[in-house]
Amino acid sequence: MAQQIITIDAQEVPFQEGQTIMDAAMSAGVYIPHLCHNPEFKPQGSCRLCTVEVNGKRMAACTTKAIPGQEIQNNISALQENRRALIQMLFVEGNHICPGCPKTGNCQLQAVAYYVGMLSSHYQHFYPYRELDASHPNYVVDFNRCILCELCVRASRDVDGKNIFGISGRGIKSHLVINSTSGKLGDTDFNVDDRAALVCPVGAILRKRLRYTTPIGERLYDQQPINVVGDSTQPHAGAKKQW
Amino acid sequence: MTDRTQLKSVVQVVAKSYHNQATHLLQMLWQVQHKYSYISDEMIDLFAKELNLDYAHVQGVAEFYSFFHRTPRGEYDIYFSDNIIEHMQGKQDLLDRLLTKLKVELGQPRSDGKVTVDNTACIGMSDQGPAMLVNGLTIPHLTPNKIDQIVEFVEQQKPLREWPSEWFVVKENIQRKHILLGENFEPGSAIQAMLNKGSDGTLREMEVAGLRGCGGAGFPAHKKWQLCRDTASDERIVICNADEGEPGTFKDRILLQSYADLMFEGMTVCANTIGAKKGFLYLRGEYRYLQKSLEVVLTKRREAGLLGNHILGQKGFDFDIEIHLGAGAYICGAELALIESLEGNRGIPRKHPPPYPVNAGYLNKPTVVNNVETFALVAKIMVYTGKRFAALGTEHSKGTKLISVSGDCDRPGIYEFPFGVTVREVLETCGAQNPQAVQNSGPAGVCISEEEFDRKLCFEDLNSTGSFMVFGQQRDMFDVIRNFTQFFVHESCGFCTPCRVGTSVMKNLVDKVHSGHGTKADLQDMENLSHIMKTMSNCGLGLTASNAVADTLKKFPQIYEQRLQAEVSLAPSFDLDAALEAARQITHRDDEKAHIAA
Ligand SMILES: Cc1cc2nc3c(=O)[nH]c(=O)nc-3n(C[C@H](O)[C@H](O)[C@H](O)COP(=O)(O)O)c2cc1C
Ligand code: SF4
Ligand code: SF4
Ligand code: FES
Repeated sequence: MAQQIITIDAQEVPFQEGQTIMDAAMSAGVYIPHLCHNPEFKPQGSCRLCTVEVNGKRMAACTTKAIPGQEIQNNISALQENRRALIQMLFVEGNHICPGCPKTGNCQLQAVAYYVGMLSSHYQHFYPYRELDASHPNYVVDFNRCILCELCVRASRDVDGKNIFGISGRGIKSHLVINSTSGKLGDTDFNVDDRAALVCPVGAILRKRLRYTTPIGERLYDQQPINVVGDSTQPHAGAKKQW
Repeated sequence: MTDRTQLKSVVQVVAKSYHNQATHLLQMLWQVQHKYSYISDEMIDLFAKELNLDYAHVQGVAEFYSFFHRTPRGEYDIYFSDNIIEHMQGKQDLLDRLLTKLKVELGQPRSDGKVTVDNTACIGMSDQGPAMLVNGLTIPHLTPNKIDQIVEFVEQQKPLREWPSEWFVVKENIQRKHILLGENFEPGSAIQAMLNKGSDGTLREMEVAGLRGCGGAGFPAHKKWQLCRDTASDERIVICNADEGEPGTFKDRILLQSYADLMFEGMTVCANTIGAKKGFLYLRGEYRYLQKSLEVVLTKRREAGLLGNHILGQKGFDFDIEIHLGAGAYICGAELALIESLEGNRGIPRKHPPPYPVNAGYLNKPTVVNNVETFALVAKIMVYTGKRFAALGTEHSKGTKLISVSGDCDRPGIYEFPFGVTVREVLETCGAQNPQAVQNSGPAGVCISEEEFDRKLCFEDLNSTGSFMVFGQQRDMFDVIRNFTQFFVHESCGFCTPCRVGTSVMKNLVDKVHSGHGTKADLQDMENLSHIMKTMSNCGLGLTASNAVADTLKKFPQIYEQRLQAEVSLAPSFDLDAALEAARQITHRDDEKAHIAA
């Protein structure tokens, strides 16, 4: 079968039938900013960070199929500026105090923020009140940092077969919930070996006692930007090594 | 607290009445809430076990819809319709009067458990507001006098059926009839015409009529049906979208109230054209009071051989319709969300490839979703021929359109006009009083200023979902914008970032300008944010939620500018000096240095 081609920022990118624009870009090593996407799981299309211009029309790269001849704009200032605003929205929606977060340096939200040149949160902070769940012996869930990417939901449902996480509420009151009558992680069979234990792109699902094993300054994105090293897949928030 | 064994048997009975089908979760939650006024943790747990669902799933559904409650409500559960039109009709004073007299706080049940008073998004009564829902029943034309009587009735715990029955009369208010509302219709005649023409002939008739969907997008109906019919499957589904959530719209209510036969007949014509046996009417929770009369129409149609098995004696022509009640969620008017909701889920318009319901809709079966008015038109077209419709309207918008007119005019109500009617003609016909603007198609639509009153209502120019709100010169359009931005904060489903967060950021910016702290930089932020929402959101809600702000920034800039702090380009959203008050009190200081000059 003849190789099919799309172009991303004038660069030719090959793809196979059925692949999304994001799939094609990832295989070709072209970085399209993303937060809710992880190629291991079914695409979701909710963070909208991967929005690109396909023949002039804005679409989410992670849920749009690649079609031969598409001309795609990705790394252009109009998009990067709007992506920066989306990141700022995520920052003001939750409580992200990077200097006090164990995930700093390994966090994709922080890394993408640097990549798109975010210097401040710009918008008025919402300062929501959210409780912490430390009921599990090995994990703590800090809802303050959840960006609702649903990666943990998908990993637990589709890979672990456990359905430990879900989303409840509506609109700005949407929030992550734990699937147990008490709503506590300690009352589920969540386990350190779960795929869901390792997918959170931010510092919302954290391994206890291993949060500072790698000093700040020596972590993944302390070394290189996210467009070069890609997604963070550490075994725990403060790790250096790729998992 | 009700004891668990008793609760368990209630849950079992309710679940059983829906054959323990998880798709009917919303309907079941309605039933238990009706009995207990709310949905407790324990009920969630029991339903989860009974239906073999996750606790988090049932919880997620119970907490998505605004008519479902997780804490007890009062015996009288009262909602004021909160559309801008009702505000113009004096809703706020009436609400305050009721709250004061009942000594109850908004949204909180009174300590004796007798009553809750709350706001809700437009309940489709703008032509006869201010209006409220009491335990699901509508009371239009509220007055201070009625409010006082309601207080008495609540205190006396007078059952609703003993309240004056004339209070609950919802008028039709049809002001102008044409072919859809005016011409006679004999139940069964459209189905007979369909049988005579066959599936292809029916599609052709609709093509000739040029029928385009009335729910907003205007997709040609015959194409949608054909795509569905031609998708291979053992089963197909017909859904009638009666979610009518766009504030200021009430045309579907009139059809549901007085023309239900037309709509059900259109659905039946569709069923036999595409080969479907199952149909749903997705009725918005606000129209719960219409459910009974609709069931009566369905029963009559079954008895007349127009629904059920062997319709009109045709072997193999089997089709029936089930009513599903929504529970307060504007997003469920969007077909992808509606289908999720019908399946018993939260109303999130996820895009599964292929994203079109005609290929994979309800339970992944090929599905046609059409608006109430679209189906009603189908029935009329079958009887009166596509040609007659095609003779009306414009080149690309044939036939007539129902317009729900409300606001500053002498004769609010329903107007059936041929497509292509100008805004000015509608304004003149309804007796508009000194209009400065019209909000066409609701908060998600377009704000029309005086200079544009000669524009036409049709797909070529101003697309109309049926909402037509008139604002007189005396109105402050900024109040309109505040109302709309609040609406979208409440109605965003929360799935995608630009809409979930953007609607709240927009509201904060509008509030900042309202409070007198706004600057030019904030208006720039609004414009920028609007662009992001319009181009990066996942669905139609987010894509249109900032239209009203963007439109008025262009067409009515003075409503923003007159509120700005003229001399500064950037200012905080709060009063700096006032924020120091707590510190002054703690330190017992009030000298000059403990203040920041304004
Ligand atoms: C946010 C949103 C709300 C909608 N609300 C309604 C509605 O209340 N009623 C309706 O018929 N269509 C509504 N629609 C359009 C539906 O998605 C769908 O296009 C329509 O029901 C198809 O029927 P039609 O082709 O007959 O118009 C809405 C769309 C969006 C994006
Ligand atoms: S906890 Fe983490 S992985 Fe789960 S939804 Fe929130 S941000 Fe995503
Ligand atoms: S645009 Fe709004 S309503 Fe639509 S998916 Fe996104 S958050 Fe939900
Ligand atoms: S990565 Fe595509 S929408 Fe989140």
